Amino acid sequence: MGKTTAEKIFDAHLVNEPFPGTKVLRLDAVLCHEITTPIAIDDLIRRDKDRVFDPTKIKAVIDHVTPSKDTKTATQAKILRDWARRHDIKDFFDIGANGVCHALFPERGFIRPGYTVIMGDSHTCTHGAFGAFAAGIGTTDLEVGILKGVCAFRQPKTIKFNVTGTLPKGVYAKDVILHIIGRIGVNGATDRVMEFHGSTINAMTMESRMTLCNMAIEAGGTSGICQPDMTTVDYLWPFIQGEFVSKEAALADYSQWRADADADYDQTVEIDVAALEPTITFGYKPDQVKTVSELAGTKLDQIYIGSCTNGRLEDLRIAAGILKGKKIAPNVRAILSPATPKIQQQAMREGLIDIFMEAGFCVTNPTCGACLGMSNGVLADGEVCASTTNRNFMGRMGKGGMVHLMSPATAAASAIEGVIADPRKYL
Amino acid sequence: MKTFGGPVLFLDRSDINTDEIIPAKYLTEITKEDLKPYILEDLKLPGFDPKGSKTRNARVIVSRGNFGCGSSREHAPWVFEVNGITAVIAESFARIFRQNMFNCGMAAIELPKADLDLIISHSGDEDATMSIDIEAGSLTMNGGGKQRTFTFEISPFDKALVSSGGWVDYADQNY
Repeated sequence: MGKTTAEKIFDAHLVNEPFPGTKVLRLDAVLCHEITTPIAIDDLIRRDKDRVFDPTKIKAVIDHVTPSKDTKTATQAKILRDWARRHDIKDFFDIGANGVCHALFPERGFIRPGYTVIMGDSHTCTHGAFGAFAAGIGTTDLEVGILKGVCAFRQPKTIKFNVTGTLPKGVYAKDVILHIIGRIGVNGATDRVMEFHGSTINAMTMESRMTLCNMAIEAGGTSGICQPDMTTVDYLWPFIQGEFVSKEAALADYSQWRADADADYDQTVEIDVAALEPTITFGYKPDQVKTVSELAGTKLDQIYIGSCTNGRLEDLRIAAGILKGKKIAPNVRAILSPATPKIQQQAMREGLIDIFMEAGFCVTNPTCGACLGMSNGVLADGEVCASTTNRNFMGRMGKGGMVHLMSPATAAASAIEGVIADPRKYL
Repeated sequence: MKTFGGPVLFLDRSDINTDEIIPAKYLTEITKEDLKPYILEDLKLPGFDPKGSKTRNARVIVSRGNFGCGSSREHAPWVFEVNGITAVIAESFARIFRQNMFNCGMAAIELPKADLDLIISHSGDEDATMSIDIEAGSLTMNGGGKQRTFTFEISPFDKALVSSGGWVDYADQNY
């Protein structure tokens, strides 16, 4: 019997099985941000264990509230900053260089096929786009990861998603993953890895694959995983060209992590995207989805384009393509938060930032802030936001606020019309 | 072995998420104790009051499926811990929340729906209490003059975490 990608990674990283059903894995990357890490640091100090297992495998960023908005968030940033300096963690990203963790770390080439990755952040599943096993964990697991470079997991089962067909006009990776979550439900993949296959995924850019894997957790999934291929190699090439004689050699090496044809899956789900429409959430759970035709005309107060789901250059290009020469409706305000400084700078060079600003968008620095109602775009009670983020829980972007999750294209069209709108007429 | 149990808080709904347990705006607190007043602040359920005596007195939470879905924040178990709640009984849990509970030496116990239906039938009993024996894998629901006992399974690893008081010291000694 063959193996899934997660099974191959588990086998290659297994330290031991201290109890039946629990596997302790060696970690290749431990990612940290200023919300969940300071308490881990504080606890390590309190236990007289202020150590790190390997400073080169720890990456840290201040991203959730940045620049700091008050004394508490400044203190969180300071604890992380001081710790990174104390332990000589070179890959630490502070104001000026910081961006949304799940966009910044891949952009720096930190994630490779076959890696084990943890972070005290549920959207860590994003990094599975590279053919890695990447899981969100809590502060205690993070603490152990920092201290010993290991993490304990139950061996997850794997669901295979065979996604086929050409994406119709106006339909993107975000629509695909919202459709999938709508089909399997918010706990449809709990304790499962979501392994994505098929012609649609093969044709996707790394940015789109990250959007797809980012929302695996919204179906309860431990990690999303895409199969490493030449698209993966092309993306990573600037970082790996010293390690391989050619791209073909890199692909041959990374292909060891591809699932075997006879791998054993918990279940296989067939998705045909040919008839898919732009897809949007309507309630307070990510599996409550409808098509844009069903929700068109829904009243909005704010548009938000950004986040670890959809704040990458590809997303900005798509949204700017729709917004070019147009204005946002007078009844809404709109915010763009490019996910990293590199994305922001490139968007500026390409004239995208001009398009957003001329349309009436406020452009902020890279940060997670608004997505979880912490800063830079919090909603008031009763307000409604069209958002390219990943979570629509009640009050997520501000107490009493409502969030409709959608693609950057649908968000851009909705900004123009001031209500939920179909992007296809602008393409 | 730590003992678990006491007055029960019934939250009869599936998919109670981490934002409902502790909203993100409080994640800027640096100590667990500072989270205490914000327990379940954004949870809207008929008859439920996050500031009420039932919440304040509770030592156990009983809920439905997919409890603790959403964020990885360990602030969710912590806000329970600092309010004296050290066990959650549900039909199923989100993976990260469940592991966070055990990593903190607390218990996240899964029971089949039929058992939960019987337990939740006590939600109107003013004297509803539960006693939990982790080692034996059994819990007893008391209330309204009735007593019902149920058995459950938790993994050997999770049991070891509860008995050793958490994952950090265990890992530092063994890895």
